[in-house]
Amino acid sequence: MTQKTIVKGRASGTVMKSTQPINFLGAVDKKTGMIQDQNHDLYKKSIKNSILVFPHGVGSSVGAYTIYSLKSNNSAPLAMVCLKADLTVASGCALSNIPLIVLSQDEFDQITNGSKMTIYAD
Amino acid sequence: MELTEEEEQALKGEKGETLQLAYRILVAIGEATDAKRLVPVSWAHLSGVNYNTIGDAGEEFLSKLSQSAKVKIKTTLNPMGFDSDSISKYSLDENFIKKQHNIKQSYEKMGVIPSFSCIPYEIFDLPEKGTQVSFAESNAAIYVNSISNLRTNKESAFSALASALTGKSPYSDLRINDEPDLTIRMKIEKPSELTMGLLGYFAGKVAGNSVRIAGISQLDKRSCKSLCAGLGTSGTCGKFLLNEKKDSEQIDFDKLEMKKIFDELNTTEKGNIIALGSPQLGFEEISELALSLKGKSFRKRCLIFCPRLVKEQARKVGYLSELERAGCEVLSDCCTCLSPLIDKNEVDSVTTNSVKGAYYLKNSNHVQVNLKPLSQIIYDETK
Repeated sequence: MTQKTIVKGRASGTVMKSTQPINFLGAVDKKTGMIQDQNHDLYKKSIKNSILVFPHGVGSSVGAYTIYSLKSNNSAPLAMVCLKADLTVASGCALSNIPLIVLSQDEFDQITNGSKMTIYAD
Repeated sequence: MELTEEEEQALKGEKGETLQLAYRILVAIGEATDAKRLVPVSWAHLSGVNYNTIGDAGEEFLSKLSQSAKVKIKTTLNPMGFDSDSISKYSLDENFIKKQHNIKQSYEKMGVIPSFSCIPYEIFDLPEKGTQVSFAESNAAIYVNSISNLRTNKESAFSALASALTGKSPYSDLRINDEPDLTIRMKIEKPSELTMGLLGYFAGKVAGNSVRIAGISQLDKRSCKSLCAGLGTSGTCGKFLLNEKKDSEQIDFDKLEMKKIFDELNTTEKGNIIALGSPQLGFEEISELALSLKGKSFRKRCLIFCPRLVKEQARKVGYLSELERAGCEVLSDCCTCLSPLIDKNEVDSVTTNSVKGAYYLKNSNHVQVNLKPLSQIIYDETK
């Protein structure tokens, strides 16, 4: 895997995958990790304790605080996997010690929702 | 990314926990954007002020940070949750007020200018062209990149905070140079500011770090801010250029695309209240509004959000009393987005001309949204 490590760490868990970007501030409940944007394909699903696989973050810069809040509330993903690391997700994960890696399009496409995934980002 | 010896020491924690944290963030975003080094920035504008958005975790984080941290460069702040002057008129719970005051104090303790505005480009003098800054508020980052010729990436709350504490940011993306590879062709004639917000929201969904927009002959302040705010809400784009490049990929923004975005954000035909100011209104917009409300008054509550400085200017020249006569509640230090003043237990639906406001009212305040241009709001909702 030609992964690029943005935030170091190791994690193992079940993949929660979306092909849509995520606006953490508007679309994620910071207490529960539930996706609350009706137009999102993960609507009413929780990203808690998952390996969250999505293209990249979008929208409000305060989304970084949402990621930090998720971690503080024990509702954060175990790790995140993106196609492109935007500043909101990268800085949110850096402050919260959530491993974050970036994969190529092919590698990203091969990940299936619900599968088990282990991340070694050292 | 190459770090200087001093930066390396800070990252290792030899210069204290605060700087170690700041450098850890800078290194992560440096890796994310393939930066080769850090560059000095002269102004940081922070988001993450409203208790509604950062919550208890954010409040505690800032409180702890402020015990030892001091900002190194000019640092300004986004809006918070309420206007202290009129707090007693709104039914806010005591916990919110207390936590919001703690957040305010933490920032002030760190040496941040308590500007509480999402339009720093309208209330502060701007540095000379080409200056590197670090703006976390998306509409402001887009505005200063596209209109004021400053340079910033579309920073996050933490990356701008890291810049404030170190005076540095990774030298990458929009800070270097940027040639947008996509042109959006604006196909709608006589666009209102709402149309421009919808165009921005559309462009943000399809663009990368920057985008060209063709077919716009003029852009007044209101439309320009609306475009910046829409663009910042839906994607990662941090800059637009108003021209066309023939050999770049081209996408049309036509009536069909506009309707799709409108239908995504507009959920009702009528609002219980009106909210104007996302981004906050500047003096120019306040003046225009006061003049267009001459002899008219709103039939329902109309909340207007602007910076404190603008409200004071408006008071001096008489526009504030004119707006209040017309039934407006003019609020400083806060804004439409995630305002606790718009509570779903009291308000079902909100009329606004802001696409950014609509997105957050709908998804975070959980109220219905009725989108209309300002001229239509005044026509429909005043007597």
